[in-house]
Amino acid sequence: MKKVYLDNTATTPVLPEVRDAMLPFLGESFGNPSCLHEWGDIPRDAIALAREQVAALIGASPEEIIFTASGTESNNFAIKGLAMAQQKKGKHIVVSAIEHFSVLNSAKTLEKMGFEYSLVPVDKYGVVDPADVRKAIRDDTILVSIMHANGEVGTIEPIKEIAKVTKEKGVIFHTDAVGTTGNIPVDVTEMGVDSLSLAGNMFYGPKGIGALWLKKGTRILPLLDGGIQEGGRRAGTENVAGIVGLGKAAELARIQMPERSAKLVQLRDYLITEMPKKISHVLVTGHPQNRLPGHASFCIEFIEGESMLMLLNAKGVGVTSGSACTSRALQASHVLLAMGLPHEIAQGSLLFGLGIDNKKEDIDYVLEVLPPIVERLRQMSPLYSKFLKQGKGG
Amino acid sequence: MPIYSEKVMDHFTNPRNVGEIENADGIGEVGNPVCGDMMTFYIKVKDNRLEDVKYKTFGCGAAIAVSSMVSELAKDKTLEEAMEITPQSVVTELDGLPTIKHHCSNLGAQALHIAIEDYRNKQKLAGGKANG
Repeated sequence: MKKVYLDNTATTPVLPEVRDAMLPFLGESFGNPSCLHEWGDIPRDAIALAREQVAALIGASPEEIIFTASGTESNNFAIKGLAMAQQKKGKHIVVSAIEHFSVLNSAKTLEKMGFEYSLVPVDKYGVVDPADVRKAIRDDTILVSIMHANGEVGTIEPIKEIAKVTKEKGVIFHTDAVGTTGNIPVDVTEMGVDSLSLAGNMFYGPKGIGALWLKKGTRILPLLDGGIQEGGRRAGTENVAGIVGLGKAAELARIQMPERSAKLVQLRDYLITEMPKKISHVLVTGHPQNRLPGHASFCIEFIEGESMLMLLNAKGVGVTSGSACTSRALQASHVLLAMGLPHEIAQGSLLFGLGIDNKKEDIDYVLEVLPPIVERLRQMSPLYSKFLKQGKGG
Repeated sequence: MPIYSEKVMDHFTNPRNVGEIENADGIGEVGNPVCGDMMTFYIKVKDNRLEDVKYKTFGCGAAIAVSSMVSELAKDKTLEEAMEITPQSVVTELDGLPTIKHHCSNLGAQALHIAIEDYRNKQKLAGGKANG
């Protein structure tokens, strides 16, 4: 059966060049980079190179990169570590309503520790208005965190404009750039942020590796205490193979980005344009143009996401959904609800994360197999029969 | 390992008895779009037996498989027997459901019971009218 992987927002595959770069560090180059003998020299040099590669991808200095175990860790580190380090100035932080749970739940944890947080709303496309960030900032605000792009709806946020506000107010600005780094241009200086998270498995690197970029001179309290790895800011023996893989993936992303992006945008726009022609009552979620290159997300009315996902899987297509049934919390996507979508529509969410291996045939295949699945589920949906009856009645 | 048993996948991909019954003797509706699962069961009763059972379901794979299984278990049963179908017996018949799906998605038996109650209430009303 044909297999089409369209869940690159969950994880991208690992590129062969990335895997090849990692392999020695799972074999003969096993040394601990903290050691001063030659077994330590090789991994230490490899980490230094990876730090340069990651820094080059985001326009940063290598010493500003702190390797972590994931985007989630980077966000936890930024929110908790920056807030803790600034708490003498104040105890209020500002985050958007559509942040990843690693940011939202970090804010909730801080709340239990005596901090306060405010949620900035989004419009129907999931866009944060910098004016709302300005309104949310108080005299005791010490940190603002707004994501660069949302993984569920693909919308890219006006980070530069928000940074102008935080600069003017003298508040530290963190951005969760896990969805964007390696996929669209990310330049920390141009964006004007103070802190930024990224993760390897969003741009063809390995899982279990991420990084936090922290602007020189920004104080942070470590989450992990121990040795002096990562300049004493993140203790623990390094995930050398992961770091090397992240570095290689960053280098490839930097070189190949224009080509990858042009291809993905074309496929994405094809899917977004064709979908409503094949299926009625479909809405595109997120911003129609200003969105991640390979990101196409929809809500298909009257039916539920997980059942679509499972039937697509039976046809060899791997996608994801933000419906309550697919989430372990059994709640519909907080992102879609924050954008003002009612529950029954949010339940029909379907998210396609296109990758560099995808071809037009893959999209055509989806456009061929999805309509009968939708039709079948609608035929058994009480919401659809109610809609049809009301339609006839009205 | 896939999250659903083969039996769940079978009932999900080939659900039995889907549909509505016109002039049903009883209708049972459960769930809401917030939790993500909604089921409407329709029954036709003859001589105290469920002559026909149909349903419409909005929800995940588990919700659809549960509806299908309940309809199969209920058909041709007496009303008393059908009232003995429980969420747990449905899970057992389906060779298990992921724990997380036990609550929300497993509303089929409840919807069926509400449909039977609906039928019994209508009978009472009809009986009352006849007597009055």
